[in-house]
Amino acid sequence: MADLSVKIGAIELSNPIMPGSGTFADGMDKVVDLNRLGAIVAKTITPEIREGNPPPRVTELKNGMIASIGIPSPGPDYFIDEIVSFYRSFTPPFVASVSANTAEDFGALSERISVEGVTAIEANISCPNLKKNGESFGMDPVATEEVIRNMKARTHLPVWAKLSPNVSDISVLARAAEAGGADALVVANALLAMAIDTETFRPKLGNVMGGITGSVVKPIILRMAYQCTQTTTLPIIGCGGIASVADVAEYMLAGCTAVQVGTASFVHPTTMVDIIEGLPAYLATQGLERVTDLIGAMIEPEIEPAQRQAIL
Amino acid sequence: MDDTGKPTENGSIPGENRPIAELICPVVSNLWINDQYKHLIVEANPGAMAVQAGQFFHLLCPKSGDDEPYLRRPMSVYRIDRNQDRIEFLYNVVGLGTQQLAKLEPGDGLDMVGPLGQGFRLTDNLGHLLMVARGVGLSTLAPLAMAAHDHGIRVSAILSARTPEVLMAVDYLCQSGAEVHTVTDRDGTSLPEKVEELARQIIAANDTGLLATCGSNRLLKLLQRLGKELEIPGQVALEQLMACGLGMCYCCVRRIGPEGTYKRVCVDGPVFDLQEVQSWQT
Repeated sequence: MADLSVKIGAIELSNPIMPGSGTFADGMDKVVDLNRLGAIVAKTITPEIREGNPPPRVTELKNGMIASIGIPSPGPDYFIDEIVSFYRSFTPPFVASVSANTAEDFGALSERISVEGVTAIEANISCPNLKKNGESFGMDPVATEEVIRNMKARTHLPVWAKLSPNVSDISVLARAAEAGGADALVVANALLAMAIDTETFRPKLGNVMGGITGSVVKPIILRMAYQCTQTTTLPIIGCGGIASVADVAEYMLAGCTAVQVGTASFVHPTTMVDIIEGLPAYLATQGLERVTDLIGAMIEPEIEPAQRQAIL
Repeated sequence: MDDTGKPTENGSIPGENRPIAELICPVVSNLWINDQYKHLIVEANPGAMAVQAGQFFHLLCPKSGDDEPYLRRPMSVYRIDRNQDRIEFLYNVVGLGTQQLAKLEPGDGLDMVGPLGQGFRLTDNLGHLLMVARGVGLSTLAPLAMAAHDHGIRVSAILSARTPEVLMAVDYLCQSGAEVHTVTDRDGTSLPEKVEELARQIIAANDTGLLATCGSNRLLKLLQRLGKELEIPGQVALEQLMACGLGMCYCCVRRIGPEGTYKRVCVDGPVFDLQEVQSWQT
């Protein structure tokens, strides 16, 4: 039987499959055995209670969706009392996800939720930075580094930086997160997008703009994950359009250590478990004994990276 | 799911702790009942047959050619046939998803996730139920008539539609013992003041203990007003665009309760208290 275990820094996972933050909650426990997952990743919480954006919050595309949920958050007390305690009855490492309006608040919230039962904290840095005219932390390398540095100063737990894909060169943001002390990178959050109803002339989302997710984004986010693996030594967790064993293999061949599955679970709630069950057969057909053998195993063409960009 | 996108049942075993499953249900029939609506019947397993009136399944619409609905479509059950272990849906063929559902043939497999959501809540001593349905809202309320019958509750139904041709399920409701009143736009009987008059007559004659509605904002407002004035509790089934159906994505929220808190239609509903719902606003 193939060895599916991977390590994200010091954290050992029984397999590289985990949910993407925001796409997973206790409802999944009613469909699949959560103990089979490599890790559990909670929805993002903020220091304050937030109700989220006005509906409609979702619109459908051919191979994906655009959503604008607006990080509804029950706040840290509810998170610790209800959510952390619920997931303590499951075996996979539990990863919190935090967001805040200032770098200092990211740090303070991380300290507040560094309780028993939380294994790592993911930084959702795609929310608007109130100190910088609403520009997201994740679009600015200085703000990204500052957020991660603040979190690292206030918690003993590993910090994963979930990068924004809405940047011109994601490798700059990857290096900024690394400089701030991130223990791993999650690549990436949702791409900004929008849609308009041509009959009613109204935007299809209450918030006008939203994030596009699903199979349609996979080639773009895969490219970004690859770029991150080329510029940092941090473990990279791929996140974008993953729905099958082949998608997981692609991200790992690009250099990712693990992956997050999100929107695909909305279409088939058993997607993560199905992938975990399908991985050994794929590894066997490739003559591999360990899933880690896939990491970065893409055979690079004999062409220098600098040349590649020139051709583009 | 394998690489071809074909779903499997792996890891999805309905049990005490995991009552929701992704199932492939064989289609028994999928027939037009008028020029807008189709009636879909599938065979179901015991897990799916646990469904109650007002609950729904999340249906994966078949893909063909360029028409590929990506997300599932929530659909409340129209009839729960516990004798033959069959579940029935009544749907308006109106958008991309339902147009694809309309192509299902007997013997095809329909991929359903469920049962999902909070259904109607009935108690034995309600005496009489008045349900008021408009259009496809009828498909959600129809199994409530059957459930009420099983609880020994008498049922009156006001069915509203544009034309008599699209008034459905009258026979089905009469069979379950309901007293059925039909009103239509064409003959002017569906005007709110006419429906109100009819509803007041029915309530006065039956000592109604519960109101239920689905499918019309106008009728929702009417029943909220009557319910408040006559102190009769009520329930309403809501619709909203959904993604996951499992309470995870928070896409399907509507404002509920005196503070207008966002609640998820998929897990907190789709059936809510009549007076808690803020009428058709987002």
